Amino acid sequence: MQQDLVHAIKSNPKYHELVSKRSKFAWLLAILMLLIYYTFILIIAFSGQILSRPLWDGAVATVGIPVGIGVILSAFLLTGIYIHRANAVFDKLTREIKEEVL
Amino acid sequence: MSFCRYVLPPLLLLLLILAGGGVLAAGDPGGATPRESLNIPAIIMFLVFVTGTLGITYWAAQRTKTAKDFYTAGGGITGFQNGLAIAGDYMSAASFLGISGLVFLNGYDGLIYSVGFLVGWPIIMFLIAEQLRNLGKYTYADVVSYRFQRVQMRTLASTAALVVVILYLIAQMVGAGKLIEILFGLPYNYAVIIVGVLIVMYVTFGGMLATTWVQIIKAILLLSGATVIAFGALYMASDGSMNPEVMFKKATDIHDKGGAIMGPGTLVTNPIEAISLGLALMFGTAGLPHILMRFFTVGNAIEARKSVFYATGWIGYFYILTFLMGFSAIVLLTGNPEYMDPNAVGGIKGGQNMAAVNLAHAVGGNLLLGFISAVAFATILAVVAGLTLAGASAISHDLYANVFAHGRIDEQQEVRMSKIATISLGVIAILLGIVFEEQNVAFLVGLAFAVAASANFPILLMSIYYGKMTTRGAMLGGWLGLVSASLLVLLGPTVWQEILGFDAPIFPYKNPALFSMTIAFLGIWIGSMLDHSENAKQEHAAFAAQDVRCQTGIGAEGAASH
Repeated sequence: MQQDLVHAIKSNPKYHELVSKRSKFAWLLAILMLLIYYTFILIIAFSGQILSRPLWDGAVATVGIPVGIGVILSAFLLTGIYIHRANAVFDKLTREIKEEVL
Repeated sequence: MSFCRYVLPPLLLLLLILAGGGVLAAGDPGGATPRESLNIPAIIMFLVFVTGTLGITYWAAQRTKTAKDFYTAGGGITGFQNGLAIAGDYMSAASFLGISGLVFLNGYDGLIYSVGFLVGWPIIMFLIAEQLRNLGKYTYADVVSYRFQRVQMRTLASTAALVVVILYLIAQMVGAGKLIEILFGLPYNYAVIIVGVLIVMYVTFGGMLATTWVQIIKAILLLSGATVIAFGALYMASDGSMNPEVMFKKATDIHDKGGAIMGPGTLVTNPIEAISLGLALMFGTAGLPHILMRFFTVGNAIEARKSVFYATGWIGYFYILTFLMGFSAIVLLTGNPEYMDPNAVGGIKGGQNMAAVNLAHAVGGNLLLGFISAVAFATILAVVAGLTLAGASAISHDLYANVFAHGRIDEQQEVRMSKIATISLGVIAILLGIVFEEQNVAFLVGLAFAVAASANFPILLMSIYYGKMTTRGAMLGGWLGLVSASLLVLLGPTVWQEILGFDAPIFPYKNPALFSMTIAFLGIWIGSMLDHSENAKQEHAAFAAQDVRCQTGIGAEGAASH
């Protein structure tokens, strides 16, 4: 890429808005996923019996089942949230930057 | 490619003869070793699959002319299609049969594994999917050599890629041979040769386009088959109420471990081991070359992002199905002499991994059993084809075209080289499959994930995000990660103690990723910090242009023109 184009994009305020908004959001979601997963794993490692409690009085199903399936669903949900915001905000900014500099 | 018109039909014929020969050999009552009985519906359905996919290969061969076609299907795959293909790569026979078998034996613990395998996907989406698409061309080595010393970086990246591919290939080939032996009654060596020959045909003639469509078709077949089995079995195991609670109640009544199967057991007890395994599962996925390669098959970063969304959904759904299958297998198979074998691993016919297959028979008789056996075979073919293509592109695009020839060869030579590499990898895969038949290969997938998480992933992540990284830092961290992950697995309990038979392991943990990833990232950071060379200054300066392309996609490789 030519140096002057790089310079033009880097001095465009929308580029900075895009980079800062997207990286903040992406790292926030990544950390959230790590937190959810490691909370799950560390509960199992340190006090697994919490997850072995019955879901309601007399139930065979345990708390662990909705929790485990919940972690799976949260992974899907987080990717959905990212897509939603990327479509609405990041792609719009990218388009505007391209229109302004190209 | 007109010559495939002349080469493909005779090859197909040869293959059918080979398969037929295998069937006859298996059916021969005078055979030296007792084989499982011949599974006719399975073989018919499998032949339909093979004929169909070879038809696709023929179609794809006529559309595969340039290097871009060969490596990335011309960049014309949509996000939805790619999501299915990625899910297909990830839903290997090992995860389909292995996880449902784990649930069958231990209950809840199987779910812990599934969760670990899945949560890497959102991380891939947030941190590398779009960036990879914007910076790369054919392989992830394109990304990590973007602003660095090309020869050194490509050598590192392609070596790490090949190590992961070969480890994975061995595990897949041995698993394939054993599985096909049980499911189809084909002798082990025939099975391994058929897999090798078929994948070489898919990849050399049809390139990424055929490999992707084979994977998509298999993913659809596997998802539908698993859906029918899981819900059919839930219906039967819950006396028609479709209420999981009824099934859980019956499962705890009949299982040896009783109520213990409803909560975490012995799989995760040591926190260090748990954290380390989690790291390998999460970040290893983001370093698997055959998965990373899929991000170059879509037109742009938006489609790349979409593919992860679909892939995460399908994979998550699939893992919930394997969980249901494992539990209903406890209810429907335990105590039924038709499916149980007290001498086999896990007490089930064919061993622990056959829970889902036996369950298919319990739900839908021979027809569903045949279908799911054919799908399991197809799964192996599709995953091995993807691996072979990733390995071949590391050889032809990275090592041959860019390291040895310094980019001075034309595209046709590179494509020819990739086909030679594919055939060689096919032969190597067959040989390794035969050599490792009697070996315990289960640890190889774990090792592949550890290497991917400790070598491929750190250099990839840091080349995208760490502007101060230099070639020297990447070399130090990348090679240290590769070597330390391999060494720590070798010295750990799985290899040192269980396979080599020493009294005590030198390294106490089964999963080295926590340590080897730390070593890799520290190596990259320290090596880059101490690098004050002229090269380092140029590489710092080149980050600005890389980052602009990475963030906006301006200058990125475009989609197919045709």
